[in-house]
Amino acid sequence: MSKLGGLVAGVGLSAWVLAGTSCGGGAERGGESAAAAGAAVAFPVDTTSAAAINGRVAFVGSRPAAARIDMSEEPTCAQKHPGGAFVEAVLVNDNGTLRNVFVYVKSGLPALTFPVPAEPVEIDQNGCVYSPRVFGIQTGQTLSIRNSDGLLHNIKALPTTNRPFNISQPTTMTTMRSFATAEVMVPLECNVHSWMNAYVGVVTHPYFSTTGADGSFTLRRLPPGTYVVEAWHERYGAQEQTVTVGPNETKAITFTFRAS
Amino acid sequence: MVRRKGTASLLLAGAAALAALAAFAAPPNRQGDVGADRERGREVYMKWCAGCHGDEGRGDGPAAEHLLPKPRDFTMALYQVRSTATGQLPLDEDILRVVNEGMPGSSMPGWKAVLSGAERAAVVRYLKTLSPDFAPATAPPAALSFGSAPRGGDAAALEGRDLYRRIECWKCHGDSGRGDGTSAPTLKDDLGNPIRAADLTQNWTFNGGGTAPDIYRVLRTGMDGTPMPSFGDLIEGRIITDEQLWRVAQYVRSLSPAEPPRARDVVRAARVEAGLPSGPDDSAWASVERYYYPLVGQVIVRPRWFAPMVSGLWVQALHDGRALALRVTWHDPSQSPDSSWNVWRARVAARMGADDSAAADSTPLPDRLAVQFPARLPAGLDRPYFLMGSVEEPVYLWSWESEPRSAVEATARGADRLEPLAGLTDSVATSSTYDHGEWRVQFTRALSTGDSTNQLEFVTGRPIPMAFYAWDGSNGETGARMAVGSWSAVYLAEPARASTYLSPAFAMLATAGLGLTVIWRAQRHRRKTTDDGTDIGTSEAE
Repeated sequence: MSKLGGLVAGVGLSAWVLAGTSCGGGAERGGESAAAAGAAVAFPVDTTSAAAINGRVAFVGSRPAAARIDMSEEPTCAQKHPGGAFVEAVLVNDNGTLRNVFVYVKSGLPALTFPVPAEPVEIDQNGCVYSPRVFGIQTGQTLSIRNSDGLLHNIKALPTTNRPFNISQPTTMTTMRSFATAEVMVPLECNVHSWMNAYVGVVTHPYFSTTGADGSFTLRRLPPGTYVVEAWHERYGAQEQTVTVGPNETKAITFTFRAS
Repeated sequence: MVRRKGTASLLLAGAAALAALAAFAAPPNRQGDVGADRERGREVYMKWCAGCHGDEGRGDGPAAEHLLPKPRDFTMALYQVRSTATGQLPLDEDILRVVNEGMPGSSMPGWKAVLSGAERAAVVRYLKTLSPDFAPATAPPAALSFGSAPRGGDAAALEGRDLYRRIECWKCHGDSGRGDGTSAPTLKDDLGNPIRAADLTQNWTFNGGGTAPDIYRVLRTGMDGTPMPSFGDLIEGRIITDEQLWRVAQYVRSLSPAEPPRARDVVRAARVEAGLPSGPDDSAWASVERYYYPLVGQVIVRPRWFAPMVSGLWVQALHDGRALALRVTWHDPSQSPDSSWNVWRARVAARMGADDSAAADSTPLPDRLAVQFPARLPAGLDRPYFLMGSVEEPVYLWSWESEPRSAVEATARGADRLEPLAGLTDSVATSSTYDHGEWRVQFTRALSTGDSTNQLEFVTGRPIPMAFYAWDGSNGETGARMAVGSWSAVYLAEPARASTYLSPAFAMLATAGLGLTVIWRAQRHRRKTTDDGTDIGTSEAE
């Protein structure tokens, strides 16, 4: 949501640049594609008639017990989890909603090319866990990969349509990458710490959101139209809903995932 | 590069191949040419590659279920050996290199001696058609610039060692480089298959080659599809220098011997008078020659085993006229049973085709090593069947295991007919150490025991057939699921005869006498010429 917020804030500026339209299909070095593009265009959606879809992701059933992670091999990380570290594959919020669900517009958008946000999306490796664990990014947008632990992580992307990468970060450092092609989701993993997993949804547009502590999501500034909205969860899979929004309309929808 | 190489070999191949040359020298630009070129590559592929890599290149050929590491899935366009950055497509030369040289750490052989240059080049082009990532419109990948190895002495070597620790190579490869790091049991490839952290002390098994530049390339580019990451961002981020990455490569190279070991037929047991070593870590072993003994998976009887953990061992032997001591050393990344390797064992069981249901069993298993001799000394060159003998010609075994740490002797009449020998008075004694991914075991037994019916009598002065078996419990190895080798032999040196000592003394005296004679004659000659007043320099005259 913070990415969307940033996007909204940036609309007035004319500094948006087109995403590289060549489909090289590769994970590229971050920052380069944005800097290299020539023509600057404004946000291509008529903001006076824009619509929105928001809602929440409900969870039904008993929340599964999270498995404890044995971090004894990595005391530096273990110390960052005084109460113990647990696998965060399923996080059910106190209000009965499900966290870390990636919600995005799967189809229905008119043929528009959206500017790539200049600010990078950040993922941190801290306490030998990924933060955030589930998130979205636009094609061509810089993914800033930080290692705050100061011990060896390798961050490996295992895409199916994009090209992969596998970067060694044996110390406190930040590296940049990006994805060229839409792909929901690209798994990220660390082979040094087999419990470290993250998932990044790569889309060509800014209409995506990840549920947080209140289980809500918002897709703002959509052109009026009919959209297939998908909600993806790493354990419970993906669901779709078709939603039609008119000019200036905001529609609320609810996805419901059940304990399996 | 590929084209030029291919062209050269085609010219040599003669007129018959000239038709292929046309398609070769110029990039195929018409639909028909592309189709014909692809068909040529496909013919080679279907004949030589599909058995492992599958008809569609998905790495799922009939042999794949028995292989570990698994054959490459070409539809993913992920290549370990590249001169391009992590995640980038390989150059044609990179693919050709693997076709030529094979992948020594896997079942992939080199094809240089089997396929012509044209065939190899055609198959490289065919492989690229199996993934849309190599679409003709795609810009060709850029090769990284690697520079060359910096010079350096002891300080440089120390720096390499220090960097190996600092960038935490040991997390997977272990402090001594034997592939026994804390993360080693959990490693998997992009398809979820278990994958070993390379044993860095055995550079002849490295995929992509074992030289320092080869190792540097792997550090720089990573090995796509495997857990091995690229360290290139460290250089770009100015966290280490390019020279420092070279130092790591040079250090890793230094962990392996200058030349790969070669198996030899006979292990020589020298005779010592001062007593046999007390255990495998006795310093006396340091000066005793080591003999390499390669092992492979047991695939003759069921259950067959295609993915043994132990690929070879080193054997040393001494005797003192009363007993024989054998020191056997091998690399095994786990001291079994070790529950941290359960995840590895489960993954191996899930991914390897098995002949029996026991593969999925998770009972803790020890590591094992067995030394095999014939039950009776054979006449001439006859030896029992190498795989634990037969009913007619049994073998005699020393079988050591890690948990409980002990050894037994046994007679075997085939791989499934092992009978421990009970009530022995002079049984084989063992002493063992596990140290950072290495087992060292010393076996000691009297040359002649009170039970010559069951226990082989060791004699001096003739080769005695000897063979080895190894099991890694953490790899699910037990029973016939083991690593085996072929017959070699141990030769116990005969006691030195008196002439052995006298001959050198005599030779020394004779040499000294001869030398003295020569000097005496020379001096006599010089004195003579001086007397004549000729042929002597002034200074010497003074």
